[in-house]
Amino acid sequence: MQRFSCPFCGLRDEREFHFAGEAGKTRPDTTQDVSDKEWANYLFFCKNTKGPTREIWVHTTCQEYFIMERDSVTMEVLGTTAMRKDTA
Amino acid sequence: MTGHRIGTRGLLDRSKTLSFRFDGKTYQGFQGDTVASALLASGVRIFGRSFKYHRPRGVWGAWFDDPNAIVDIKHGGVHYPNCQATMTQLVDGMEVRSVNAWPTAQKDLKGILDLAQRFMPAGFYYKMFMWPDWHLFEPMIRKMAGIGTLSADVQDDFEAAILHEHCETLVIGGGPAGLTAARAAAKAGKSVLLIDDHPDFGGSSYRYPNDAAEGPSYWVAEQLSAIEDAGGRVLSSTTAIGVYDHQAVSIVTDRGLGTAPVVRKLRPDNVIVATGAVDRPVTFSNNDRPGVMSLDAGAEFLARFGVLVGQQIAILSNRPDAHDVAAQLENAGAKVDLLDPKSDPAKAIGYRNLKGVRVAGHTYPCDTILASAGLTPLVHLWRHAGGKLDWDEGRQTFVPSTGPDWMRVIGGANGTYERSAVEEEARSAALNTSRPERHVYSISPLLPNTKNTEGRQWIDFQHDVTLKDVALAHRENMVSVEHLKRYTTLGMAGDQGKTSNIAGLAAMADLKGQRIPEVGTTTFRPPFVPVPLEAYRGASRDTQVAPLKRLTLEPEHRALGAALGEYGGWLRPAWYGGDDEQSAVASECKIARDAAAIMDGSALGTIEVIGPDARAFVNFVYYNTMSNLKPGRIRYGFMLTESGLVFDDGVIACVDETRFIISCSSSHADAVMAHLENWRQDSFDPDRVHIHDTTQNWSTVTIAGPKARAIVDALGVLDTLDDFAHMTLRFGAFEDVPARVARVSFTGDSSFEVSVPNSAAVRLWQRAIAAGKPHGAGPVGAEALVVLRAEKGYIIVGKDTEGETMPHDLGFGAPRLRKSAAFVGDRSLHTENANREDRKQFVGLSVEDGEPKLPIGAHIVTVQNGERRSLGYVTSSHDSPTLERPIALALVSGGLGAMGQPVEIYHMGKTRRATITPSCAFDTEGARIDA
Repeated sequence: MQRFSCPFCGLRDEREFHFAGEAGKTRPDTTQDVSDKEWANYLFFCKNTKGPTREIWVHTTCQEYFIMERDSVTMEVLGTTAMRKDTA
Repeated sequence: MTGHRIGTRGLLDRSKTLSFRFDGKTYQGFQGDTVASALLASGVRIFGRSFKYHRPRGVWGAWFDDPNAIVDIKHGGVHYPNCQATMTQLVDGMEVRSVNAWPTAQKDLKGILDLAQRFMPAGFYYKMFMWPDWHLFEPMIRKMAGIGTLSADVQDDFEAAILHEHCETLVIGGGPAGLTAARAAAKAGKSVLLIDDHPDFGGSSYRYPNDAAEGPSYWVAEQLSAIEDAGGRVLSSTTAIGVYDHQAVSIVTDRGLGTAPVVRKLRPDNVIVATGAVDRPVTFSNNDRPGVMSLDAGAEFLARFGVLVGQQIAILSNRPDAHDVAAQLENAGAKVDLLDPKSDPAKAIGYRNLKGVRVAGHTYPCDTILASAGLTPLVHLWRHAGGKLDWDEGRQTFVPSTGPDWMRVIGGANGTYERSAVEEEARSAALNTSRPERHVYSISPLLPNTKNTEGRQWIDFQHDVTLKDVALAHRENMVSVEHLKRYTTLGMAGDQGKTSNIAGLAAMADLKGQRIPEVGTTTFRPPFVPVPLEAYRGASRDTQVAPLKRLTLEPEHRALGAALGEYGGWLRPAWYGGDDEQSAVASECKIARDAAAIMDGSALGTIEVIGPDARAFVNFVYYNTMSNLKPGRIRYGFMLTESGLVFDDGVIACVDETRFIISCSSSHADAVMAHLENWRQDSFDPDRVHIHDTTQNWSTVTIAGPKARAIVDALGVLDTLDDFAHMTLRFGAFEDVPARVARVSFTGDSSFEVSVPNSAAVRLWQRAIAAGKPHGAGPVGAEALVVLRAEKGYIIVGKDTEGETMPHDLGFGAPRLRKSAAFVGDRSLHTENANREDRKQFVGLSVEDGEPKLPIGAHIVTVQNGERRSLGYVTSSHDSPTLERPIALALVSGGLGAMGQPVEIYHMGKTRRATITPSCAFDTEGARIDA
């Protein structure tokens, strides 16, 4: 069982989180022509990096999405960052 | 008689005699015996039959390293399948049966299989039973192979406690290394937890009676009290089954037959692994015969249980301390021959009873062979934690090398066997000082000889894998050790390679002309020993995992005699009054069509979307255009996944420019919330649009039917119902609370959903029931509603749709072609696949007059080239009380273009006829909806 740090709630059990996707993937502008290949890339293809990765996760109990950097081999969590702009 | 009880040695309570039965015969043992030690002491040698060849098998190891003696136990009226005889504590009155043997292990009729062995090599089942169909052979093979049988009885109250605990230093293994480490760590002020899987601490201590007059028990007791005096805790009968991510360790305490284990989950700061080492079998001809045991098993049965395993014992081992074991056995009264195991190949003589061993052309008579090709350190937990292994040429095995800094492996598990070196290592681990050098230890290699596969030389006892099978796997090009494992099943099941691993790797390496470390090991995975599945469940069951959602109006439904059922996590009224579902549903359908249905619609998901960007948001998450939905209006629509598949359907109401109310499937509200949050935070400014699940704050009473308008009028929620059109929304008040009324319909009749805060729900329901009575209206449950909506051809997502359904398959094709703004799933609706004409589409089916309804799941079929092919299947099917005939809904390939065409229906070997119709079977013009 892993433990992740939600940027809003702190260290919590793995069960409270869901993986949402690899970071840096943007939705193609579908009001323009999008090729089958481009769309398939967006929908289905992941880098699935071995080693340090940058991913988006959601803490299901507070519903906030955030960026998590972790090592997919050692499972070490390198850091978590909120995706929200600074509202201070 | 071979094995027998001697003297007074052992940890038994000899004042307590226990009586038990094995394969129908009565035996005696003592308190403290295991099933295996008691049987060995009574001279029993054959404990069961092997998995594949039904060879007679005895005990190899004395504890978890025994792959053979698996037994079924009945005790206290409960059946416990597949217990390890060597690990099961003897209980008075238990009924023990050997497995995989019929009628008994002594006389197994299927033993004839062994004579057919040359025709059953590795992969035999895969190759032999492929044609014409494996399923033809499966039942017979399952009956013959496999081990114990499961009982259908459920044991009540068998619930594991799963506890979360903490300690600074966890010491796993309570032998000389673990005891020394735990004592040193506790004395240094650490909070220590020491665990050992035996009922008694001490590990290998008892095998080596020390010179002190007090003996090993005294030393062990002294360590334990020192640990406890320093604040440490100790748990016996407790095994660490696995080390998991982020330093988590699960330990399981066995509480005996019939009592569920206690599971503790910890994240210690430091883990000291002192799990010891086990003997490797020597690979020689017929090395699986009953009476061939590990060297340590011979020593252990003597030390812990006072059982001398044989009278004439041959020792085949390269271990330097084999002399010590021999001396102890001789002291206990056995005649012992220490033989040189390297002069190959040895061969065991005898079938049920061992008669001798042939070594280097000479036959030595014996009733027992104690064998060891060296010790294998138990590095499982180290590997779980990500620790690496090195091949140690001197020890002829893998030993821990680099790994996590919070884990230390000491004693036998680290390949350290000499007592003073063990204690030094233990203290260093406890105080976290630098690791001492591994001491020099060297044995001569004693590996399987692949040049000589004469006779049958077992590599894996539990799965009946021989040296020849490994050679066959190599010949058939299984190049990796993982292939070898899957092809031969070597190292699977309960043994998990504890005894078989090194011999298997060595044979593979030899065949490939490589060194063992080049071949590598298979992956070590938890659990280290088999544990009851219950250890993984505990209280995480049923409603403790998914609590039932309860309606505010539940007591009202109960008062009306409702049969309550679970629908998508909600406890809802299925029908009212009586046990006869069919007649209740029929009469409720009639009430709904003739007068009005009064229904609890509170379970329907209600999600509010609020904020300046709310309109843009709903336009993006809906398939249908929502940009032009006017305040006070309601629209039906679909939410899609990004793959273009129908995710949910329902209505959405526009309250004003900045506020929308989404209704979603009741079972789906949580998933819809998560879906919406995802898009809100991904594609919108989360400060400009908020979503809020209000499902559980409001209760909704839905009144639908020709008399609905009159009943709603009587509730006085709105001043007037004039000009209140279908698919519009109004706000009013019910008595002292705000109320809203939505004109949407899931029955096809004129319908009003009246929503109030929960505090007023009971009053509203009672008023509606009272107001409905004079009109002949009454409560209607979920089952009737499902029929009413099917008459209208309204879908239920997940029932009438599947994992490929897109909105145009349901007849809603316009937004796909016309909506210009981006929306979730848009691009996926224009792929080659989405454009196919043979997509499964949503239609109705009718049957000939007088025919019964179609079964749900029945296939619509066509015959091509003499082969039956499915075109789709029935998704909903009911006897319609309104139409007085069966109705059905189906997904059929190209169905929307095949209206009126006859089709063939196939189900469970029977063929029927039906006709494709539009999905809506009742009031096809929609005249009733605004009546």
